[in-house]
Amino acid sequence: MSTVLPYLLSGISVGGQYALIAIGYTMVYGILRLINFAHGDVFMVAGILMVYISASGLPLYVSIPLVLVLTALIGFVIERVAYKPLRTAPRMSIMISAIGVSYTLQNLVLYITGGLNQYYPSIPFISESVTIGTATTKMVTIVTPILTLILVVALVLLINHTKIGMAMRAVSKDFETSQLMGIKINSVISITFVIGSFLAGVGSILYFTNYTTVIQTSGSMPGLKAFIAAVFGGIGSIPGAVVGAFIIGICENLIKGLDVILIKSGVTKQMLGLTTFSDAFTFALLIIILIVKPTGLFGEKTTDKV
Amino acid sequence: MKRFLAILLAALMMIPAFAMAEGVVKIGVFEPASGDSGAGGKQEMLGMQYANTVQPTVEIGGETYKVELVYADNGSSTDKAPSAAQQLVSEGVSVVLGSYGSGVSIAGSQYFADAGIPAIGVTCTNPQVTASNSHYFRICFLDPFQGTVLANYAFKELGARTAYCLAELGNDYDVGLCHYFQQAFEAMGGMVISDTFPTGNSDFTSYLSNATAIGAEVFFCPVSIAYSSQIISQAAGQNVSYPILGSDTLDNNKVAEAAKGTNVKVIITTFYQEGGSPEFDEGFKAWLNSDSEYLTNNGGNDMISAVSVMGYDAYFTALEALKAAGSPDSKAVLAALPSVKLTGVTGEIAFDETGDAIRDSAYIKSVNTETGAWDFVAVQTVE
Repeated sequence: MSTVLPYLLSGISVGGQYALIAIGYTMVYGILRLINFAHGDVFMVAGILMVYISASGLPLYVSIPLVLVLTALIGFVIERVAYKPLRTAPRMSIMISAIGVSYTLQNLVLYITGGLNQYYPSIPFISESVTIGTATTKMVTIVTPILTLILVVALVLLINHTKIGMAMRAVSKDFETSQLMGIKINSVISITFVIGSFLAGVGSILYFTNYTTVIQTSGSMPGLKAFIAAVFGGIGSIPGAVVGAFIIGICENLIKGLDVILIKSGVTKQMLGLTTFSDAFTFALLIIILIVKPTGLFGEKTTDKV
Repeated sequence: MKRFLAILLAALMMIPAFAMAEGVVKIGVFEPASGDSGAGGKQEMLGMQYANTVQPTVEIGGETYKVELVYADNGSSTDKAPSAAQQLVSEGVSVVLGSYGSGVSIAGSQYFADAGIPAIGVTCTNPQVTASNSHYFRICFLDPFQGTVLANYAFKELGARTAYCLAELGNDYDVGLCHYFQQAFEAMGGMVISDTFPTGNSDFTSYLSNATAIGAEVFFCPVSIAYSSQIISQAAGQNVSYPILGSDTLDNNKVAEAAKGTNVKVIITTFYQEGGSPEFDEGFKAWLNSDSEYLTNNGGNDMISAVSVMGYDAYFTALEALKAAGSPDSKAVLAALPSVKLTGVTGEIAFDETGDAIRDSAYIKSVNTETGAWDFVAVQTVE
């Protein structure tokens, strides 16, 4: 157990961060049937914003809320500028538009930062070291899963027990009918993007506290993994995205430590070089899940309407 | 009228010839300005830019030429390097300097070879850069040497018997250096465990846990600046007991900054130690402080990185080659390069038959965790 513990901790922590990003993918998909490829980059931009805002000398209790508000605003603006005008266009056009937004954000950040790694400010308390059993880690590792669960519960309550939540559910069930029923579709979609981006902002604070450099491509790998997590859990389902994200985060880190775990438990005598396959494993897992259960773990069954 | 037009046209055609006579010789700067090695590439470029302000002209065959640096960003990635190399070839440069990073140098190499343009590697230490070709030269030491120096240091000075090596998957520089380190370390009787991580990875906690779990006494990670500063900060978070050993890539103020205020011990090998040439140090610092952009590119302060000094020396090596060639033609420069000799800031520069620098010493530095500056430890030579 003491061998596995550090890997589990890393896995839970990174899983929580993936979960916060994955919710953004899954919510937007649930409502618009759109894979928002720019979401990973919104996450990265939140990191860059934090770097610049904290460099300007603002105290943390101002800069953190400011980053979250600005990130939510970016999500809102992206939707209004790049997706709303294409509401009636074929779905493929919006997807291409999303890819365009993704590249625009990356290149904008490349231009501003000059392509150099930016160093994330260290946030007191969550940057501190803490010892759990035999493993020493940063406080953020423990804070992440707790905060993730709190946010997810709040989100589920919002969706199930408020008027706007009801509107969201209605829109995701049937886009056109809910429009006919008088639901202001544009504001529902905007709110979805605002919530998704806000969570990506929270995720970015937790993620970059642990992995302290931000560069224009920082969003692509976590974005991709979170997207996989969303598909894995059944895209469109929020609990699915969260569970999927934790599974992927934990598996990925266990694979990184598998060699050592096997040696310690006496199964193998030497290193097998399995670490190399940590990413390959994540993607292989996705393929297997999609073959066995095409809709993902918690995916809704699609019934053909005749 | 026709004759007048003909004369006029002939006169117009003379203009480019006159422009040529005014004399500009182009030196290609093949460096990463973005990506994982962007910070190091920019520091190397700073050395060249400074050298260019110190010596903006060169006398070739009795004529004075103005030296123009032509930049191409290879983006720290082997898939962007070919187009950057082609860009330099089409600009018609006489000689190429760079790159920071062996992988990109190897990726761009063939394009320079095809165009007959010689290249001078500044800090690309992998043997494959100059092996089996006649156009790539370099002024720095090689990885077999560097790996051996580090292995010796870890085994003899640090007393380590178990080492953990971490390299970026598919990065020729990291993987090569880990290989040479492992060879030397195992030859002395130590044990080495190696791991690789995928490009773009930022979660090193599991690798650090691996090293702790196997009881490593030294953690060797000759990786890019971006990765190494993350490894150091995550190592600080885990409160690791082993020192982190690095190569010339870690000689960067961002790395020192990451270790500042922690109790992680960082030890590296490099090409130059600040104070080696007070005259150069003073001039370079004054130049850095003259422009805020230079300071930003140097990582925010005027600490001198060894790669900048190497960039400076590389520029003067190129000028020597141009003088010896007696013509800005790249083929003449290529012919002249093997016999070029000069005394640079980092020491004597001369090439052996494969085009490698004849060097036998490396500087060992460690981070002073209180001040966040590099402290000189030793000059290490290998027989």
